[in-house]
Amino acid sequence: MRTKQLNRSVGGNMLVALMLLVLGAFMALPIVYSTVQAFKPMEEIFIFPPRFTVQNPTTKNFKLIGQLAGGLWVPFSRYLFNSVFVSIVGTAGNVIISSMAAYPLAKHSFPGKKVLFKLVTVSLLFTGGVIELPRYIVMAKLHIINTYWALILPVVASSMGLFLMKQFMEQINNSLLEAARVDGMNELQIFFNIVMPMVKPAWLTQIIFAFQGIWSMTGGNYIYKENLKLFPTALSQIQSGGISRAGVAAAAALVMLVPPIIMFLVTQSSIMETMAHAGIKE
Amino acid sequence: MREQVRYIWRVFFPKRQKSSLSLWQQMKKSKASYMLLAPYFILFTIFTIIPVAAAIVLGFTYFNMLNVPEFIGLSNYKALFLNDEIFLLAIKNTIVFAVITGPIGYVLCFILAWFINDFPKPVRVFLTLVFYAPSLSGNMYMIWQYIFSDDQYGLVNSFLMTFLDLGIIDDPIKWFTDEKFVMLALIIVQLWLSLGAGFLAFMAGFKVVDRSIYEAGAIDGIKNRFQELVYLTVPSMKQQMLFGAVMQISSAFAVGNISIQLAGFPSTNYSAHTIMTHIHDYGSVRYDMGYACATATVLLLIMLLINKVIQSVLVEKD
Repeated sequence: MRTKQLNRSVGGNMLVALMLLVLGAFMALPIVYSTVQAFKPMEEIFIFPPRFTVQNPTTKNFKLIGQLAGGLWVPFSRYLFNSVFVSIVGTAGNVIISSMAAYPLAKHSFPGKKVLFKLVTVSLLFTGGVIELPRYIVMAKLHIINTYWALILPVVASSMGLFLMKQFMEQINNSLLEAARVDGMNELQIFFNIVMPMVKPAWLTQIIFAFQGIWSMTGGNYIYKENLKLFPTALSQIQSGGISRAGVAAAAALVMLVPPIIMFLVTQSSIMETMAHAGIKE
Repeated sequence: MREQVRYIWRVFFPKRQKSSLSLWQQMKKSKASYMLLAPYFILFTIFTIIPVAAAIVLGFTYFNMLNVPEFIGLSNYKALFLNDEIFLLAIKNTIVFAVITGPIGYVLCFILAWFINDFPKPVRVFLTLVFYAPSLSGNMYMIWQYIFSDDQYGLVNSFLMTFLDLGIIDDPIKWFTDEKFVMLALIIVQLWLSLGAGFLAFMAGFKVVDRSIYEAGAIDGIKNRFQELVYLTVPSMKQQMLFGAVMQISSAFAVGNISIQLAGFPSTNYSAHTIMTHIHDYGSVRYDMGYACATATVLLLIMLLINKVIQSVLVEKD
């Protein structure tokens, strides 16, 4: 609820505006160009000199996706359903379960706390796709290959989500939690009624991280049944037609971007102007 | 080196705090904590800890993904550092990427989040989207293929060749295949992608900072936005800054996909080869899984070390 800007000089404002403009152009132009490419007819993609803009916009590329999709083994809508289903269930599970674990790691003291958190950090930094094979073996032992579980369960317990939520929860004032305990609340009630409302910006942000990660998953390693495959898998089959499908590829990339953008706008708009309250430590 | 060993040791065997209660009594007292942790850590153990541990163990074996892994001790590590010149090149390139894109990306994340936070909501959401869109866009970075295309059809080449007839360059630059330019082009793309998790975490962090400290600060004689940043904003954002640092390390050292997708694999004379593309080479092309796992473990150790250094710097500031 700020009514006036504190400590803001005109010169400083202009410098900020200039920097935002230059960097914003650098960030936005490739996205805009990719969007424009999606609406270009074939002959315009390959003219010289190349044009940033489109002369005769066409939706042919999008229609072509539809046509090519019609030739797939499984109805296109099935891939879409799989992706939407897995993304929503996975995101909800990820945010709730990671936050639940973040709370004791941030605010309780108990044996094993440091080890558990170190395990999270170490696995967060262990990359390179080499865990795919051991993970496949674990899933095979659990008999969940070729099920939705193979897509949902691994993403529910994410290192990044726990880490983000823990960092925000550490800023909560302990006296507030103590007061709630004196009032007779149990830890689960404190978590849902006090902790989560206070770190709302954090979990709204985690929704974006989780959703965009899950939405872009192909699930290729764990899913071999065509009717359980995900939307990006279907799109990549369509895209993989080489240079002649440059426009289609751009169109497909654009289609892929729509749900994360919607999710982004919804969650970012829900972050309130003044979430600040006395409960957060300075 | 002893520091590193001790650090890794402490990761797994932290010093126990002295308490009057026995370990078992403490654990019984913490039942509620463990209940909250249980769903996460059961799934995390099954799908992440076990596979990560298995991969680290595989680093000490020869494993071609057909036969049973054969224990060969430190041979993979010896080969990596003593016989594998390509790996040393990969380390060099990875460090170049990390040293340039890591700090620049981190500072940009913070500064931009701080600037944008000043705007009223609709503008703020729009600007956040503009800056975060590259990270949100999945594989849309492929568009850089057309921007930095090797021939005169590329936007950058065509611009440099035709701009005001100045003829800045006569022949198209082979951005992604010329050894001299490939790192530059990829660094630009990586910077484009570097406003990621840290950026959004900072945006969210500003929303939980108590605004009243700024009003109090103004009364206490904070004069300009730079002082406000140093004395008020940074100290109250420590948790988010630690998070942002780890995320920036994990993305700056893990450059690989963009190299494979844009510069091809292998890149010309391995000029854009990184530790990640090395792992890809052995894990997915040559099927020498043990070697790939050893490489991934080296990358992990590098990132843990850098993380340790940065954490100590950030915490000391306090």
